[in-house]
Amino acid sequence: MKRNWWKALTVILLLYVAVAGLLVPVPRLAILNESIRNLYFHVPMWFGMTAILIASVYYSVRYLRTPTAEFDIKAHEAARTGILMGCVGLATGSIWARYTWGAWWTNDPKLNGAAVAMLIYGAYLVLRSSFTDEQQRARVSSIYNIFAFAVAMPLFYILPRLTDSLHPGAGGNPAFARYDLDSDMRLVFYPAVIGWTLLAFWVAQLATRISVLKLKVYEKQLA
Amino acid sequence: MKSNLRSPAPGALMRNGLLLLLALVLPVWQALAQAPTAQPEMAEVLRQNGKIYVVVAVIVVVLAGLLLFLISLDRKLSRLEKEVREER
Repeated sequence: MKRNWWKALTVILLLYVAVAGLLVPVPRLAILNESIRNLYFHVPMWFGMTAILIASVYYSVRYLRTPTAEFDIKAHEAARTGILMGCVGLATGSIWARYTWGAWWTNDPKLNGAAVAMLIYGAYLVLRSSFTDEQQRARVSSIYNIFAFAVAMPLFYILPRLTDSLHPGAGGNPAFARYDLDSDMRLVFYPAVIGWTLLAFWVAQLATRISVLKLKVYEKQLA
Repeated sequence: MKSNLRSPAPGALMRNGLLLLLALVLPVWQALAQAPTAQPEMAEVLRQNGKIYVVVAVIVVVLAGLLLFLISLDRKLSRLEKEVREER
């Protein structure tokens, strides 16, 4: 239990976000209306994805320095969790866009950048599955993972800011200027970011442990 | 190796969890079905009358179910890991 305190924190934070996220007052803004509460659920997906992808790159670098199966498994499962978070982020963003911008998808630099970045990570999974030799797979996918991260992050966070965009936080858009000052929303938003990020790490940890167990059982059968 | 497993069958645990979730959700469902249909009330007017608390309850139940599943998965994994370690 001592080492699992952060899992308890995840449960508490997420339950708090579910309740407070729906009940705490929010600024009344035209078009957005109550959908501004999506901020507590859509945006943390991307925060969580970024954090877990950083962890994935960290383990890829560690694998290249000391090639052990464990680092490879950790990098892979972290990347997979990040891809899951990104897909959920795209889906939730699409729903939100439908009811505020009027379309499921717009050719917005932020949206297209995120979609391209997700495709780059999709190629990571395809690349991994195309090797039969474990060491070759681990080495090549580690290198690709580092490149994918280096390409994806500008697509998410830098390029959309250089042009005009509908999406808040990209280009010159004042849509969310009011919540920037709203302390009620911060009270929920920051715990939401921490909670969903921790959840991503929890899921990645479980997936890693399953893979490590599988490997150990397999090795035992060979021995 | 199988004889060492002391945990209940995963199917049974899952079934119990699902039943528990159903037992929690169904009463709320009933309340939803009985909502008046003449004038749809929104959260705008009065949050209590907009029945937003019902939504909160449902979301909390769903989230709690998922988190409980994660916790039970975590425990099962710990048990398995211990077994594999001891078998060495």
